[in-house]
Amino acid sequence: MLELKNISFAVNDGKDDLGIVKDVSFTVDDGKFIVITGPNGGGKSTLARLIMGIEKPTAGQIIFNGTDIAGMSITERAKMGIGYAFQQPPRFKGLTVRRLLSLAHGSELPEDQCCSYLTKVGLCSKDYLNREVDASLSGGEVKRIEIATLMARDLKLAIYDEPEAGIDLWSFTMLVESFKSMMKNRRESVIIISHQERIMQLADEIIVIADGKIRDRGPKNEIFPKLMGEFSEGCDFRGKEG
Amino acid sequence: MDNLDLYMLGKIADLKEIPSAGAYNIRKNGEGVERHSSENIEIIPKTDKPGIDIKIKPGTKAEKVHIPVIITKEGVNDKVYNDFYIGEGADVEIVAGCGIHNSGCETSEHDGIHRFFIGKNARVKYVEKHYGEGEGTGKRILNPETEVYMEENSYCEMEMVQIKGVDSTIRETTAKLGKGAKYVVLEKLMTHGDQTATSNMEIILNGEDASAQIISRSVAKDGSVQVFKPTATGNARCKAHVQCDSIIMDSAKISSVPAIVANNADAQIVHEAAIGRINNDQLLKLMTFGMNEQEAENIIIEGFLA
Repeated sequence: MLELKNISFAVNDGKDDLGIVKDVSFTVDDGKFIVITGPNGGGKSTLARLIMGIEKPTAGQIIFNGTDIAGMSITERAKMGIGYAFQQPPRFKGLTVRRLLSLAHGSELPEDQCCSYLTKVGLCSKDYLNREVDASLSGGEVKRIEIATLMARDLKLAIYDEPEAGIDLWSFTMLVESFKSMMKNRRESVIIISHQERIMQLADEIIVIADGKIRDRGPKNEIFPKLMGEFSEGCDFRGKEG
Repeated sequence: MDNLDLYMLGKIADLKEIPSAGAYNIRKNGEGVERHSSENIEIIPKTDKPGIDIKIKPGTKAEKVHIPVIITKEGVNDKVYNDFYIGEGADVEIVAGCGIHNSGCETSEHDGIHRFFIGKNARVKYVEKHYGEGEGTGKRILNPETEVYMEENSYCEMEMVQIKGVDSTIRETTAKLGKGAKYVVLEKLMTHGDQTATSNMEIILNGEDASAQIISRSVAKDGSVQVFKPTATGNARCKAHVQCDSIIMDSAKISSVPAIVANNADAQIVHEAAIGRINNDQLLKLMTFGMNEQEAENIIIEGFLA
C-alpha cells in the first residue's frame, strides 16, 4: 500500500518559495488502478516524481508498505518494487532495445519474452530487438519501449507519466488494450497520469489534481461523469440563449 | 607463452590460445615469437627493418589473420612496419592489437606503422584493440600510424578501440580512396587519469562514387585530454560522413577540430560533432531500474563504446 501524507514540494525562484505540490494526501491500496488527471502545470508529474524519488518532498511522508520512503534514493525505491515510466524517456546511444529490457528486468531476458513485451506495446518485436534506443527511433517508438521496460520489471507499484503522449492513434488503441489486459492479470498497483478518457475508463479511482492540490477524488463512476460535464461546459459553442 | 602472455592476447585479440589454423604472427617485447602462414596468406619478415609483409592471394575468402603485439616488460621501445597486400576480390578479416603490461617504472612504447594496399573488389575488416595495464609507474605509449590505399570498388572497415590503460597515444590515419571504394571507420576511445590521446585522420576521396563513413566515439574521464582532427577531402563525385561524439566527465578536456574539403561540386561531405556530459535523465532512468549512480554511469559508457 502506498500512502502520501501531507506531501508538499516547493521550488525557490531566488526570492520566494513556489508551491508545486501543496499538502497532498491519498492512499493507493494494493492492486488498485489509479488515474491522476487535471490541467497541465497542476503538479501531476511532480507528484509522480516525488513517489519515485526523483524529487524529494519539502514536507510530508510517503509510506510504502509500512516504510517511510520520503528520504530514500531512487535506487532504494526501485529495489522496493516501484517503477516509473518517463513522460519524455531518454535515449541511449549504443544500448539495444533488448539490452534495455534486460537491464530493466535485472537479468538477461530471453528473446521470446522481450518480444512479448514489445508486441504488447504495439511494436513488431523482430524489427526492434537489436535496434539501438537512440535518435533513430521516433518519439512514439521510444515511448512504447519505455512502457515495455516497466512490463519487464517485477513491480509492486508502476507509475506511468502520460503514456499516451506522443503516440499515434493506432498505437494508442493497442496501448489501451495492453493496459486492459494488465488490469486482468496484474498484481501490482498502477498509477497512470493521463488526460485520456479511454484510460480513465479503466481506473478504479480517479484523482483530479489542480494547482498543486487534490481538487476531487473518488471512484471512476463518480468522478468521470463530473469531468465530462466540465469539459462540455467549457466547450459550449452553442451559446446559452434560446 | 606464459599465462600473462595469453591473458594479454585475450584482451587485445580475443585469442585464448595460439590459433591452430589460419595465418598469424605474434610479436612479444620487440621480437616475433610465433609465425604461421596459410596456403593463401603469406607472412614474410622484412629484411631491412622490423616488421612483416602480409600477402593475401587474390580471391582468398573468409580467412582470418591475427597479428597481435604484446609487451610485458618495462623499457621496451618497439617500432614495427607491417604492410598488408590484399589481392583482388579477397575477403578477409585482420585482427591486430597491442597490449602493454608494464610493472616497472620505465616507459614501454609500441608504434605500429601499418600500410594496407587493398586490391580491386577486395573486402577487408580490420580490428585493432589497444590495452594497457600494470602497477608500475612506467608509461604505456602507443602511437599507431595507419595508411590505407584502396583500389576500385574495394571495401575496408576498420574498428580501432582503445579502452583502458594507455597513457599516451597519437594516432595517425590516412586513407586514399579510388573509384567506388568504401571506407568505414569506427573509432572508440576511453581515457582516464592524466592520459592524453590525439587522433588525426585524413581521408581523401579521389575516385568517382567513393564513400567514407567515420564514426568516432569517446569518453574522457578524470583529468584526461583528447584531441580529434578528422579531415575529409572530396576530389570527385563522392560522399563522406564524419561523426564525432564524446562524453566528457570530471575535469577532462576534449577538442574536436574537424575539417571538410570539397574540390568538386558533386562532393557531399558532412561533419557532425558533439561533446557533452552524460544526460541526467539517462542516469535517472537506469536508477529507476534499481542501479546506483555509478552502476548507471558504467552501463551508459559501456553502451556508448559498445
